[in-house]
Amino acid sequence: MHELSIVMSIVDLANKEATKHQASAIEEIELDIGCLSGIDMDSFDFAWQQAIKRTILESAKRKVNRIEGKARCSDCETFFRMEQFYDSCPNCNSHLSEIVSGKELKIKSLVLPD
Amino acid sequence: MCATCGCGPTSHHEHHHGHSHENSSKNGKTIVDVEQDILQENNLLAARNRGYFEGRNILAINLVSSPGSGKTTLLEKTLTDLKGSLSFAVIEGDQQTANDADRIHATGTKVTQINTGKGCHLDAHMVLHAVQGMKLQADSILFIENVGNLVCPAMFDLGEQERAVVISVTEGDDKPLKYPDMFHTSTLCIINKIDLLPYVKFDVEKAKEYARKINPSLEIIELSCTSGEGMQQWYDWLKSKVLTPA
Repeated sequence: MHELSIVMSIVDLANKEATKHQASAIEEIELDIGCLSGIDMDSFDFAWQQAIKRTILESAKRKVNRIEGKARCSDCETFFRMEQFYDSCPNCNSHLSEIVSGKELKIKSLVLPD
Repeated sequence: MCATCGCGPTSHHEHHHGHSHENSSKNGKTIVDVEQDILQENNLLAARNRGYFEGRNILAINLVSSPGSGKTTLLEKTLTDLKGSLSFAVIEGDQQTANDADRIHATGTKVTQINTGKGCHLDAHMVLHAVQGMKLQADSILFIENVGNLVCPAMFDLGEQERAVVISVTEGDDKPLKYPDMFHTSTLCIINKIDLLPYVKFDVEKAKEYARKINPSLEIIELSCTSGEGMQQWYDWLKSKVLTPA
């Protein structure tokens, strides 16, 4: 359940941003969560419901962008979709690759009331 | 976050990206482009730990595994066998009890126990505080034994130079496929308890193949703390990673 720590970090960061803008609530929060980031979305949703209670995010609308895993083969330079870390290059079958997207775990934006 | 050292979220606010935060307004509402890594706080503290270790030529090794794979026994044996040839310190992470710290202490090694309570992993902040109280020796090895868990510790950089994942042959040989994040982020895989191979259905070659599919650069050492087989290879690996003091 590291998802709980992740949600708590989101609450901390959101709090900080809200304080900076003198906002007392957050209306919307947009997150980027890559498919290779190690987050289980069911656990994340469960942790979210529990951890935002009585925080600035309590009534915020949440938007999650799931970013697809993509890798570049280190042997033949083919770009391919990576669903699992053990996926090999579809062109040359090599396992040596560099992940170019899918590891994202960030707060993209917040909408604050005026 | 932390009242004792001030290493809370507000004291490390830095922008690593090349643009300023453009706030726009829509229907009377403010849209703030935050663009911040959620693990930023942990990663900054990990970088701080890493700098501390590098400055003192301390080799920090994060030991991760499921519970019962033999991490503590491996440490006990290592600390006993290499006593006098290398300097060590240990940070023990468990949810509860100081049992593991007591076992390490019995080998005569400096040890600090972190109890995470309900927490399922160590983070850089916990390690920072543990290290502050330890007065680590320069040119030494620091083992950080993480909470027994093959999932959660994978996401949290502690500032270590090496991450060693331990699996034992009493587990399934498909562990790397089941817990790919951990094998993907590790630099060394130790296959432990190989003296039990005649009694279990563990296929070492298969386990190695799976692990290398996930992480082709992963180094793998097979060993047994009971029979002593493979221990020399582990010790040679350790010695190869310790930088000779200038």
